Amino acid sequence: MLITCPYCGPRDVLEFTYQGDGNRERPQPASQNLDAWNAYVYDRLNPAGDHNEIWQHSGGCRSHLRVVRNTLTHEISSTTFARGDHKSAARHKAGGKS
Amino acid sequence: MSPRRSDTGGRIDRLRTIRFTFDGASYTGHAGDTLASALLANGVSLFGRSFKYHRPRGVLTAGVEEPNALVTVLRGEVREPNIAATMIEIYDGLTAVSQNRFPSLSWDVGAVNQLGGKVLSAGFYYKTFMGPVFGPLKGTRFWMFCEHFIRRAAGLGRAGTAPDTARYERMNAFCDVLVVGSGPAGLIAAKAATDQGARVILAELEPHFGGSANWSGEVIDDMPAADWAARTAGQLEGHDNVRLLPRTTVWGYYDGNTLAALERVTDHKENPGKGEPRHRYWAIRAKTVVLATGSFERPLVFPGNDRPGVMLAHAAERYANEYGVLPGDRIALFTNNDSAYRAALALKKAGAAIVAIVDVRPELSNEMRKLAGEAEAEILAGHAVVATEGGKALSGLKVQRFDMASGALSGDARSIHADCLLMSGGWSPTIHLASQAGARAEWNEALQAFLPPKPTQKWIGAGAFNGHFKTLEAILDGRNAGLSAVGATGTPMAYPSIESLPGDPRPAPVFEIKAKGKSFVDFQHDVTAEDVRLAHREGFISVEHLKRYTTLGMATDQGKNSNIPGLAIMAEALGKPIPEVGTTRFRPPYSAVSIGSLAAERFDDIKPERLTPMHDWHVANGATMYAAGLWYRPMIYGLSGETIEQAYVREAKATRESAGIVDVSTLGKIAVQGPDAAEFLDRVYTNMFSTLAVGKARYGLMLREDGLAFDDGTTWRLGEQDFLMTTTTANAGKVMQHLEYFLDVIWPELKVHVTSVTDEWAGAAIGGPKARAILAACLTGTAVDNATLPFMGIVRGKIAGVPVMICRLSFSGEMAFEVYCGAGYGTHVWEALVEAGKPFGLVTYGLEALGTMRIEKGHVTGAEIDGRTTARDLHLDWMLSKKKPFIGSAMMDREGLIAPDRLELVGLIALDNRPLNGGAHVVEVLDEANPHDSIGHITACCYSPALGKHIALALIKGGKARHGSRAFVSDPLRNRFGPIEIVSNHFYDSDGSRMHG
Amino acid sequence: MAEYSAFSLLKNALTGNKDWKPAWRKPDPKASYDVIVIGGGGHGLSTAYYLAKEHGITNVAVLERGWLGSGNVGRNTTAVRSNYLLPANTRFYEHSMKLWENLSHDLNYNVMFSQRGCLNLAHTPGQFDDLARRGNAMRHLGVDAELMTTAEIARLVPALDVSGSARFPIVGGLMQRRAGTARHDAVAWGYARGADRRGVDIVENCEVTGFLRDGDRITGVSTTRGEIRAKKVALAVAGSTGRVMQLAGIDHMPIESHVLQAFVSESLKPIIDTILTFGMGHFYISQSDKGGLVYGGDLDGYNSYAQRGSLPIVDEVMSEMLALFPGLARVRMLRSWGGVCDMSMDGSPIITTGPLPGMYLNCGWCYGGFKATPASGWCFAWTIAKDEPHDFNAPFTLDRFYRGLVIDDKGQGATPRMH
Repeated sequence: MLITCPYCGPRDVLEFTYQGDGNRERPQPASQNLDAWNAYVYDRLNPAGDHNEIWQHSGGCRSHLRVVRNTLTHEISSTTFARGDHKSAARHKAGGKS
Repeated sequence: MSPRRSDTGGRIDRLRTIRFTFDGASYTGHAGDTLASALLANGVSLFGRSFKYHRPRGVLTAGVEEPNALVTVLRGEVREPNIAATMIEIYDGLTAVSQNRFPSLSWDVGAVNQLGGKVLSAGFYYKTFMGPVFGPLKGTRFWMFCEHFIRRAAGLGRAGTAPDTARYERMNAFCDVLVVGSGPAGLIAAKAATDQGARVILAELEPHFGGSANWSGEVIDDMPAADWAARTAGQLEGHDNVRLLPRTTVWGYYDGNTLAALERVTDHKENPGKGEPRHRYWAIRAKTVVLATGSFERPLVFPGNDRPGVMLAHAAERYANEYGVLPGDRIALFTNNDSAYRAALALKKAGAAIVAIVDVRPELSNEMRKLAGEAEAEILAGHAVVATEGGKALSGLKVQRFDMASGALSGDARSIHADCLLMSGGWSPTIHLASQAGARAEWNEALQAFLPPKPTQKWIGAGAFNGHFKTLEAILDGRNAGLSAVGATGTPMAYPSIESLPGDPRPAPVFEIKAKGKSFVDFQHDVTAEDVRLAHREGFISVEHLKRYTTLGMATDQGKNSNIPGLAIMAEALGKPIPEVGTTRFRPPYSAVSIGSLAAERFDDIKPERLTPMHDWHVANGATMYAAGLWYRPMIYGLSGETIEQAYVREAKATRESAGIVDVSTLGKIAVQGPDAAEFLDRVYTNMFSTLAVGKARYGLMLREDGLAFDDGTTWRLGEQDFLMTTTTANAGKVMQHLEYFLDVIWPELKVHVTSVTDEWAGAAIGGPKARAILAACLTGTAVDNATLPFMGIVRGKIAGVPVMICRLSFSGEMAFEVYCGAGYGTHVWEALVEAGKPFGLVTYGLEALGTMRIEKGHVTGAEIDGRTTARDLHLDWMLSKKKPFIGSAMMDREGLIAPDRLELVGLIALDNRPLNGGAHVVEVLDEANPHDSIGHITACCYSPALGKHIALALIKGGKARHGSRAFVSDPLRNRFGPIEIVSNHFYDSDGSRMHG
Repeated sequence: MAEYSAFSLLKNALTGNKDWKPAWRKPDPKASYDVIVIGGGGHGLSTAYYLAKEHGITNVAVLERGWLGSGNVGRNTTAVRSNYLLPANTRFYEHSMKLWENLSHDLNYNVMFSQRGCLNLAHTPGQFDDLARRGNAMRHLGVDAELMTTAEIARLVPALDVSGSARFPIVGGLMQRRAGTARHDAVAWGYARGADRRGVDIVENCEVTGFLRDGDRITGVSTTRGEIRAKKVALAVAGSTGRVMQLAGIDHMPIESHVLQAFVSESLKPIIDTILTFGMGHFYISQSDKGGLVYGGDLDGYNSYAQRGSLPIVDEVMSEMLALFPGLARVRMLRSWGGVCDMSMDGSPIITTGPLPGMYLNCGWCYGGFKATPASGWCFAWTIAKDEPHDFNAPFTLDRFYRGLVIDDKGQGATPRMH
């Protein structure tokens, strides 16, 4: 499996660390809503098909990426920076994927 | 020249004689021979014994799919078992031995299993050996008794245990087009892509490029096909954008068009060149793959089809055309298709007598009749072989009239004298890699074969792989594939001129002849047609059940010979068409792969070794090193004659009495910098860091999101926006990822940058009553008195001319300082400190003394922060800020995490004054015979020189409430039981007066 | 149906093996059952077996999407052990072990359970202490465990590199002698035959496509072979838990599906007579009765339903193998495959009533499901029959995560790929 890091280019899956379900939303730090915290920490969307997930390019630029990958075929349909702000990377690399 | 060797023909070099041994007997062959061809040339017919019945077996094939002729190759002490004789290129001194026989290949006592016959049918293991329900052999005993003998009888070759001295190499390769297979289709595909300027890799599992061209006897562009192939390969060799990989098996098709291949670099050499690897493992990322992997000929299933001397028709053709070897003098053929006629003619030309061609089809084309005539062979159309005769070599066969529609046999059996019987049951495209890539094969009724489906990854098929068995089709296919692989459109080309014999590729749908006797489907595993029918009778009718119940297709040939015949027999039993029975999905590897190659370049090097900057000094100064994760750290600096305990007690005692120094470079160190660094640390740690003054350090605790303790360490504020975080050695990487995740994914608005600087700093902790004086003696640029350097204060100065950063903090409980300098100066500064300490009685100490002093102080480490404990369990709840949320704060008070029966940190003192053991448990009621009701366990223990007692830290139910009470240590594993007192984890200097000094 | 025995084998051999009957029937599904078990794998089949045997509930259907045993029961490395650290796990797996020890007799089917032992290696004194903690925890629950010295290990497994010069020298190990291996497919077939003989309908090629409901309550399933009603619907679908729960409208679960690869070498004469695990990575190996080395390592590390593995893990596992057995470099890997594992948030399973009325849930087996097969079915059957858990599975609830009552043997927290 190859993941195309928007900063580094296509790299082997070996360089990446999986950080799981990218749909989870962390409650506000001060939130006391235990159900929301439990859902964030323990519940996962686990679809057979396209899955929105977070990977870290730990053996590369160490950016976290949001990857849409099919869990049946392992085909990757999109890869973007997880932080949703591509400017910092684009600064370093002209023509960086937006 | 041996009797079975022709005087001319083939690709062997008759001028070069090669000597080798098989089962101790010496033989000769020629350069270019395989072990199989050389032994056949020497008249050897018996190559091995089958797995279950130990039946004598000859060689069935001429290639990678060989199920019978498996041997062990010896190179000195190193053994390589289960290698197909058809894949071994002989070299001078080759030593091969047969397998799975005792005492010898000719006289094998295991053959007694044949008498078991019908009792040893498929699945018989499941129905017996259960043993008695009562008595001494109940439970699993009887089965295990039987199993002992079964295990010894089973198994093929014997693996060696001597370390393999060969080198294995790994290559990562990238290309535009990977062409797998170098028959006419593959060669032309590679040429077309190469001519377009693409980066091409051509992999061929055999030693020579050309595939079927090497033995087809055809003529391409007015030259023998073998020469045409050699010429084409030679043309490719001249280009620098193509890489030719002979002896290379592409065995795995993984995601993202990543393919794995094994190149056998020196297996065929007597003396590998200096530095040459034995195998080279290629991980190839190809933009497009051309699969030109050809096809396999299928055996026919009939009684006695496993007798030595029965062989696939094309294999004999190969032996004759490629090696100049005749597998027999009087050869009969048995076929359901036209391709065997070409083999007959080739063998006739090579000098054999073709005694008969037995064809199940009643009607034969005139073309085939003509070929048979040229081969001077009697045609027995509408006939089938119903038996073979002979012992360890074939002596004859019996044929009967056969009705294709009903499968019925009729008429009298006729005997034919022959020493070799060739069979052809049609051809199956080699679709393994396409199947691995994720696609499901599709049945083609006309060809009676599974064809590759639409691609699920970027590959293009060509030639026989596509079911296009004719050379002209293969060449056109190959050209199209090569061009479209690089996105080029083909210009019209002149058709190559090809002279080949006629032949219709469509076989008759006949797979089995039902007659009396054992008819083998899977040769190596001895699965018979009756076994398949038994599986059907017992309901094991899905392909996978068939495979698993009978072990059909699970031998080393992975079903390359048996899949389709097995499926066909099941389909007939079910009364369903073959595709409705299904096909198993192929998985990597295509053929067996040396484990050495897969671990290439990681021998003895499975994980990196991490060494501190002062490592060599420690080793040179008598340290016993200890593996801590990937790191090596000094355990003790033992004096001669000292035990480990004596050494660490001496080191700890000296530290508490005067001073000691320890290497702490392994601690994780992370620079946390930026305008929001303080805010970030407030969120990450349970306690406050935004209130920390510049030039001061603070001990911090982190929780996981789920509220359990994660890691601890001190963080130093070097500037308003500049912090140096330290972590435990074990968690350095995890903490780094944790911080990065939050900064990148959760709080991207925070302006903070984190950098791992573990390897940038060398660290030494120097502690003890004399520590300050030692520092003062070697440190310039700063004072170290209480006012300048208070507890948790930070100063900068120089030691021996090198800038250092010093924080006054203590793990040992003594007044202590952590001295950091640039890693490159680590040894320099360390030596200066050691030198300065000499007049003060400074000792170097290792992990054991470090552990001893931390146990005396009751500090926690990874043994207590084990992923299951909370801050409260460890009495660190004083660090949980109530003024702010932090990671884990919302989750840490859930009912299970504050339950009264949780394990809590306590101290233990052995009341019997004997050593305690790590991992021992604690009980209230001692029962040495049947220990029960553990209330907790010891996490760390030592002899405490400060207390003069054997002490331990432990996690105990009830914890603090038990302080002062008695219990027992219960360690049945090491038979250590005895009374203990449960006390506070702070054994020593609990008010901290020594470190605050 | 006839009993299996040496005698029946002989008798049938004399009649040319013509009289053997199917090991289980192939019935069409009825319109309704007392209990439907979704999933014809090891756990589903054992659940049905114990429902019939222990609770007299025989009006049961097991629905299997493909062929019986096509999931992880036929894709694992066949280890059976009860050498856990935490009491809840140890008690449960020890119950399983006791069932294993009599399973072939119980089923009248030789599942080839061979108690050849399981040896966990330690490579540092710290690891040795961790193993001692675990072994002592087992001993305090009446489970066998013993520590082994390096010299004893060298005698037991001569092929192992016990030299001090190894990158990770072996300093000792923890042995559970009663642990062992079993023939994985035989377990599925034996339970299937046993359940069938007690009247359970095993329906293959019957995929559940939806749930029938009465308000919140589950009242049956729709399948590719029609609607089937049931008083109770039990899920034992392991790696497919996410998919099937989605059909019931529950798309978030404390489960991730991950792929785990396993490998078999070519057949060899006996060289490793126990199960062995490496301490400085994730690697385990044993040798089958046919002679193949059966081994595996870590998960591939990402969500997958594909039953296909990635290349880096292959390399990693082989490297670990040679770190222990440098002499096996010339042995060849013959087959590899992938299984889909239902990884839970603490590495321990879930066997519970609910989460919907009329539904019962069995999942979260991570990659330890094979050894659990008997106890999983036994406890699940109890839970289905009595509508409450047995003591053995009482800790394995679905809400334990939320309540902070996790059973985290590895201490890794809610990171499924690390368990």
